[in-house]
Amino acid sequence: MAAIAAGKLAGIASRAFGRGGGTALPGVLAERIDPRLVEQLAAQVGHGSVMVTGTNGKTTTAHMLSSVAAKAGYLPLHNRSGSNLMRGVATSLLDQSGPLGRLFQAERRLGIFEVDEATLPEAVAAVKPRVLIFTNLFRDQLDRYGEVDSIAARWRDTLQAAPESTTVVLNADDPSVAALEASARGRVVFCGVDDRAPALDEPEHAADSRWCPDCGREYDYDLLFYGHVGHWRCPGCDRSRPEPDLRATRVLLEADSTHLSVATPQGVVELSLRLSGLYNAYNALAALAGGLELGIGAAVVCEGIEAVAAAFGRQERFEIDGRHVQVFLGKNPAGLNQVLRTIAALPGDKRLLLLLNDDIADGRDISWIWDADFELLAGKATSVVACGRRAEDMALRLKYAGFPPDLPVIGSAAEALDLALRQTPAGGDLYVLPTYTAMLEVRALLARRGGVAPYWEEQP
Amino acid sequence: MNLSLRLAHLYPKLMNLYGDRGNIICLRRRCQARGIDLVVDELDIGDGLDPKGCDLIFMGGGQDREQRRIVRDLLDVKGESVREAVEEGIVTLAVCGGYQLFARYYRPAVGDDLPGLGIFDAHTEHPGENVARCIGNVVADWDGDTLVGFENHGGRTFLGPKARPLAIVRSGYGNNGLDKTEGAVYRNAHGTYLHGSLLPKNPHFADHLLRLALRRRYGEEVDLAPLDDCLEQAAHDAAIRVASH
Repeated sequence: MAAIAAGKLAGIASRAFGRGGGTALPGVLAERIDPRLVEQLAAQVGHGSVMVTGTNGKTTTAHMLSSVAAKAGYLPLHNRSGSNLMRGVATSLLDQSGPLGRLFQAERRLGIFEVDEATLPEAVAAVKPRVLIFTNLFRDQLDRYGEVDSIAARWRDTLQAAPESTTVVLNADDPSVAALEASARGRVVFCGVDDRAPALDEPEHAADSRWCPDCGREYDYDLLFYGHVGHWRCPGCDRSRPEPDLRATRVLLEADSTHLSVATPQGVVELSLRLSGLYNAYNALAALAGGLELGIGAAVVCEGIEAVAAAFGRQERFEIDGRHVQVFLGKNPAGLNQVLRTIAALPGDKRLLLLLNDDIADGRDISWIWDADFELLAGKATSVVACGRRAEDMALRLKYAGFPPDLPVIGSAAEALDLALRQTPAGGDLYVLPTYTAMLEVRALLARRGGVAPYWEEQP
Repeated sequence: MNLSLRLAHLYPKLMNLYGDRGNIICLRRRCQARGIDLVVDELDIGDGLDPKGCDLIFMGGGQDREQRRIVRDLLDVKGESVREAVEEGIVTLAVCGGYQLFARYYRPAVGDDLPGLGIFDAHTEHPGENVARCIGNVVADWDGDTLVGFENHGGRTFLGPKARPLAIVRSGYGNNGLDKTEGAVYRNAHGTYLHGSLLPKNPHFADHLLRLALRRRYGEEVDLAPLDDCLEQAAHDAAIRVASH
């Protein structure tokens, strides 16, 4: 109880002193005092919780599920804004509870927690989610998370220790995620894309799980969608993509929307997303599976998913002096490739602002930019500005990808944004591609100029 | 005269952990800018290497699982020809895990030693799962200039009497965090822990490798035309700046 009071006080103090959204600090203090806090509070959540993890797509999928929960009449309790470590989960619970450790309106609550892939074991043990969603597994910030294999091993251990009552939603098209079926103790639901239309002609460089963990042979792909995601099978043993329970039989990707037909155990549903890119089709599939597994009707689930415009910094739009600015977070090769492909497919002149930071939350190691296919946009941009703490490295990557070598290199995000906006004519499009901390910075600048609510005010 | 070079890229799909592709992109572009035709042969498991048919050999780093997957092929299928190539003076660059496998052996924290090619008189030991990895930005003195990059390795490499270090660490860990050495050189073979990617922001080192390869093939009078390396130098300087923080 002292822990809860201390945690809440810190939250008030943090916000009062203007230190960001206070989304991490109160949880940190409380967690130090009582590690069982999350468990005690999560146990009060009336309708239980759904948890989302994976390298890419966590925030958007959780955002969709939060919208679904609201449409279904629940009071969503959601650790938004990328606070996806244990302290973020603790903070979201503390924010909605009284000093005596009672969760407000507990009986109406549905918990939606996006959890960092490395934090998953503790989070699952404490929250005991009803539904646990795995989106995909790619290399990401190797200096921070370690190798992809160690994340997969951690996930297997988590599932072996998770309650049998937890339903696990897996991406059938990602072989390392699909393989988690063997470790799941409860019900397993697979999602996948069946439509051939979005398949790639050429494999991408940023693929990690290309080899069968059982026999070591390289997978064959009938269809490859991105990275190592597709219709895979091992030529050496009998492992292959499982038959999905939810299959996207039609994926129509448009400039600012995506249309899906999904065969589900409850019949075919049609979904129109206000987001573009194949990766968002996968996010919607995961959210659809999660919503249905929570027992929410298909029509309400679809309505909730379709209402989502963009999650924090992920395809978020801003209007600045008549210019259309869209922010696409890009923080690892597989995710950034999806963003680059999405932008390459957009019509009209493209103006780009790329921001590369190397803070701890971005990963100190920036070598990953050489694994991303910036070549996809070479010759397609009218103007480019490189920015961030490692602006020079970004500019160099772009030069070697075939962009003009004389592009402006600017350390300050404010100055770089000003220049990029000046280069964009009224009515034109500016695409901003930041790493995580650069996204926080540029988003704050855009919010100041475009009047968007700061993110901690986003809570429903 | 039309100049051309052939590069053998060992295990491009399995050993590519830290932007290793950037090194190939860099060599390709720097050759292209000088009208040199660079042909890259990607050699995977099962593919042999012709030591007479290549001018450069490159191998990147991989996860533990991938290193274990390629090690038999590296020793049994390619080993003899790679050793022969290095003795002939073929220019070689091995980064991180590739560097470890070019040395004599890797002793993991638990389990059996992983034998290497023995090209560098050096060995690597993992000090135990509870000992922190060597992670961070590196600046090292090399040939009157500096090399910059990022390192991320659990194993500590120790050089024997027949190996000399590639560079001397100014900041960062390098081979082992103890003796200031970074990487190893034997004839024209270079091993290093630096990625980042290494060659794009160390254009002088990239050109050093290309020059060695060209002179071996075409004679001592061949030289490389200078390129506009302003951006490369800016990235090099930025890496020195962040490393000193």
